[in-house]
Amino acid sequence: MLSIGQYVRAQSLEEAYTLCQKKSSVVLGGMLWLKMQDRTVGTAIDLCELGLEGIEETEEEFRIGAMTSLRALETHPGLAAYTRGAMARCLGSIVGVQFRNLATIGGSLYGRFGFSDPLTLLLALGARVELYHRGVVSLEEFAALPYERDILVRVILPKEAQGAVYLSQRNTATDFPVLTFAAVCRPGGLACAVGARPGKAKLFWDEEKILAGGINPDSARRFGQWLAGQVPFGSDLRAGAEYRRKICEVLARRALLELAKEV
Amino acid sequence: MEITLTLNGKNIRAQIAPDTLLLDFLRQQGCLSVKRGCETSNCGLCTVFLDEKPVLSCGVLAARAAGHQVQTLEGLQSEAEEFVGFIADQGAEQCGFCNPGFVMNTIALLRQNPDPTDDEIRAFLAGNLCRCSGYEGQLRGIRAYLDWKKRGGADCGE
Repeated sequence: MLSIGQYVRAQSLEEAYTLCQKKSSVVLGGMLWLKMQDRTVGTAIDLCELGLEGIEETEEEFRIGAMTSLRALETHPGLAAYTRGAMARCLGSIVGVQFRNLATIGGSLYGRFGFSDPLTLLLALGARVELYHRGVVSLEEFAALPYERDILVRVILPKEAQGAVYLSQRNTATDFPVLTFAAVCRPGGLACAVGARPGKAKLFWDEEKILAGGINPDSARRFGQWLAGQVPFGSDLRAGAEYRRKICEVLARRALLELAKEV
Repeated sequence: MEITLTLNGKNIRAQIAPDTLLLDFLRQQGCLSVKRGCETSNCGLCTVFLDEKPVLSCGVLAARAAGHQVQTLEGLQSEAEEFVGFIADQGAEQCGFCNPGFVMNTIALLRQNPDPTDDEIRAFLAGNLCRCSGYEGQLRGIRAYLDWKKRGGADCGE
């Protein structure tokens, strides 16, 4: 059971940052995962009055406030056009509309959860995160950092992708995924992220240049086989490591062939 | 701590503990349509509107709802009663426990998308679990209601 001693709506990022330095404090995102925990929180810090909800689109990038709901990302026309539907596909299987109206992108990414769908897609898309104290870092770097007492302010998504595909495998609809997969054509080549391994998502590039001659059924199959050999998989109650390895091969092949139609 | 919010159109001022869930607060206020189901934010039973958006009241602190508008099924009787007869006509549910959450989320769907396809209905209501039915009855009920609306509301209850 979650027990909270004090609830504070921070009036500035500095106030939120100062308050969250205490070990017993916690910053609230959508708090859907937090409330599942058996935990005593001294001060619950709510960022809801800091104007961190919303998606700003410029010529170069999307700037997504940390308190923006997953539903807002899922239904944003600009993100839908830029990701060619991959954003909605990524988020649309997470529980239900009511859940996604509460869950925030800041909370989803700060947790760096192994099961995270958005971490997988945003890694492949080359997103960066702005932290109040540390500043702007790549999401890949952030995912590898230890948990620090910092405030995730916004997500910055550069408009550099030429195409994106997101696929996941679930035992039942709206459940946690057994495997998540995103493939994105970026200026540096094909970026693939694999999540729900069941560890947190990891980013991979076509290091062996398997796709140098283009994406076709044969190169997509060989890339899938190579990738499945690179990714560290584990077992949990949803699936075994070997099953995930097989699924990875299939999702990678399907995603690449879908991507080839887009670009 | 003290909070003020608008509940079903009425201004409410109340003393709450900081960790009071909106679900518990609403039931204390007499809104018994808001029910505790899974309490893991998965089943959709506790759906309410927070500033017009459907949310799971078991996943929101009452403190977070302060200053906002909350609506429960008690405040949406007239909007709901037009359509729930079609659910009943289809025998869509057995025990009916999931019904308030289903009705709330269906209202949210139809406000956003007055003419949804079957796939759009299934996608929007995916977060509402029913352990008696196979969801086909609810889908038939919604479809029958939409067809009735398209006919201009004639032959109600057929």
